Amino acid sequence: MEPYTRELRQFIVDNFLFGDSSGRFAFTDTDSLQELGIVDSTGVLELVCHLQERYAITVADDDLVPDNLDSLERIARFIDRKRGEAQMIRAS
Amino acid sequence: MLRHRGPDDSRLYLEAGAGLAHARLSVIDVRTGAQPMSNDEGTLWITFNGEIFNYIELRRDLERRGHRFHTQSDTEVLLRLYEEHGRDAIALVNGDWAFAIWDTRSRTLLLSRDRMGVRPLYYTLVERSLLFASEIKALFVDPRVSRDIDPEALDDIFTVWSPLGSRTMFKAVRELPPGHSGIWRDGRLTVSCDWQPDFSRVERDALPDGAAEERLRAHLSAATRIRLRADVPVGTYLSGGLDSSIVAALAAGERRRHGDAALALPTFSIGFDAAEFDERSYQQRVVAALGTDHHELRCTAADIVRVFPDVVWHAETPLLRTAPAPLYLLARFVRERGHKVVLTGEGADEVFGGYHIFKEAKLRRLWSERGRTARRTALVKRLYPHLPHLQRQSTAFLQSFFHAAADDLAHPCFSHLPRWSLTSRLKTLFSDSVRAAVAQRDAVAAVVARLPAAYASWDLLARAQYLEMTQLLPGYLLSAQGDRMSMAHGVETRFPYLDPDVVSFGTSLPERLVMHGLRDKVLLRRLGRTLAPAVWQRTKQPYRAPGADVFFSTASAGYASDLLAPSQIRRDGLFNPDAVSRLVRKYREGKAISVKDDMALTGVLSTQLVIHHFINHFVTDTHGALYTGTAAIHRR
Repeated sequence: MEPYTRELRQFIVDNFLFGDSSGRFAFTDTDSLQELGIVDSTGVLELVCHLQERYAITVADDDLVPDNLDSLERIARFIDRKRGEAQMIRAS
Repeated sequence: MLRHRGPDDSRLYLEAGAGLAHARLSVIDVRTGAQPMSNDEGTLWITFNGEIFNYIELRRDLERRGHRFHTQSDTEVLLRLYEEHGRDAIALVNGDWAFAIWDTRSRTLLLSRDRMGVRPLYYTLVERSLLFASEIKALFVDPRVSRDIDPEALDDIFTVWSPLGSRTMFKAVRELPPGHSGIWRDGRLTVSCDWQPDFSRVERDALPDGAAEERLRAHLSAATRIRLRADVPVGTYLSGGLDSSIVAALAAGERRRHGDAALALPTFSIGFDAAEFDERSYQQRVVAALGTDHHELRCTAADIVRVFPDVVWHAETPLLRTAPAPLYLLARFVRERGHKVVLTGEGADEVFGGYHIFKEAKLRRLWSERGRTARRTALVKRLYPHLPHLQRQSTAFLQSFFHAAADDLAHPCFSHLPRWSLTSRLKTLFSDSVRAAVAQRDAVAAVVARLPAAYASWDLLARAQYLEMTQLLPGYLLSAQGDRMSMAHGVETRFPYLDPDVVSFGTSLPERLVMHGLRDKVLLRRLGRTLAPAVWQRTKQPYRAPGADVFFSTASAGYASDLLAPSQIRRDGLFNPDAVSRLVRKYREGKAISVKDDMALTGVLSTQLVIHHFINHFVTDTHGALYTGTAAIHRR
């Protein structure tokens, strides 16, 4: 999971914090990105585009819930699950 | 330097140690109302920008007290009112003003500004002298006045959209806050508050609904009637929404009553190519219903890009939206059609409860206090029906955006925390030096420190209304998007909803007549049922304009690339060049789609334009500076 969180952190910092996550803009892997105001309502759509392009997963409307996308850890778990599902489909 | 505000005449009064200057926009008593104006003895001198709408009634009263008038102007009424009542005169005035009265005997200067902050007034102290003006640029003509940027003002703007209190973008320059006076005597300026809004809802239980509607009609009719007073034609802006449609209906009704029916009311509006911003179909319905002489301006992305440097020159502050640009163009359009006075619907949302942020606050409180049922959560989609991207989100996600933490509820500014928190995120763009300068600062705490004592006893809606009325309204809507855009072309805007009697009535209403559940502007809509039947049920669509992507989609935006280049950003020192480059790259790649990106890009670019105009290329001749790409040239 760690490579995902590292990559995702870089994406979030570059795209939503303009490259800076020091001091008052710092956040942990479990912090809520929405509650901290790091990802706003349109930012979620941006994040989803990135996940689809970078990790070749399909994000359905039903997936757009905080449980999947609200922290680095949750997003990493979500990617892992989605890629696992895709592999199972391919294998079957 | 201020010719645009007063293109009709300019005069000067000078004596040893004091001087007043005036650039006049002639609206009332075009022939004899020249300024600066003195009393009969020449002991009081006034320079005054704005209008006193109840000058006829005040004059009648002064004449009864023995005053004899030499002109028909409201300026003379103001001067004689001061002669009669001293500083108490201010409380008697219904108008929009910034004025200075110099008493040659006591060597005292009184500065005063209207209650809501319609007309601007800035000052600075230099070598024991007080300099004041309607716009900051006029003060900078004196080379002794420092033009250094105030990083704390930048911190305020990138939190609550405008500098707080008397602060401006420039360290050396102060603004006289709305509803305040200043007395300059013996080399000292003492500023005091004359008026502030009171939301204690004194009519909470006493007012039957039917009577309330009648009183609202009476107050608004009177406010509109006295705002039609002018010796030049008066028109109205028409957005297609409820507020301006009611004003247009009342104004058209007044004209009919006074036998001006032959001349249709001139109305002016903006149309956009992008459907999400365009309200023309609603404007046309109102025009058809009222039979106005309608003039429509089409505004394109390229138009916004073209005038944006001029817009910032006039606004004299960073902007987080491009929305002032179309209003700048609309004022020019009005002036080109020979008009110089328009009524607008500004203020209705603050006074009568129209903003989405009020609903948002109620919903967030509901979730926090009573938990989130599926039904309560689903309400969130009704908050911003005009934002398509929000409609695509899951309700669970939307709820998390508008989440209220347990301690948020107890915060005095609960309603505004999400907006301010989102805006504060833009500070990641600040340079190290700006960050260091504001490290100890908390703009939200500074807002809290300024709240009146009674605020704590007001309900949630009243608090939110107060914050809008005292912060965003004067700091952005009436100034950067209001006075400065219209007066750039010598067009005076007047606001019936900001009439003191209308404001006092609106702020006294019980909550159920302002916002009942999530139904907004309850009482005003009732009035709209008869006055604006074409739009009275329309869901509010906030005035918006094409966003910052316009600076990357049109050819005329070369100046944006220059001002946002890392070398320029580094030289000017307010932002981090790497951070700005990331933001610019997002735009170039078409990936910048969020509200935050839009505010960030507009905020950085407009700040860079402020530096360009007022620091790097300020010229102290009478023509000002204009940015045309890579160099500053003289305007016109």
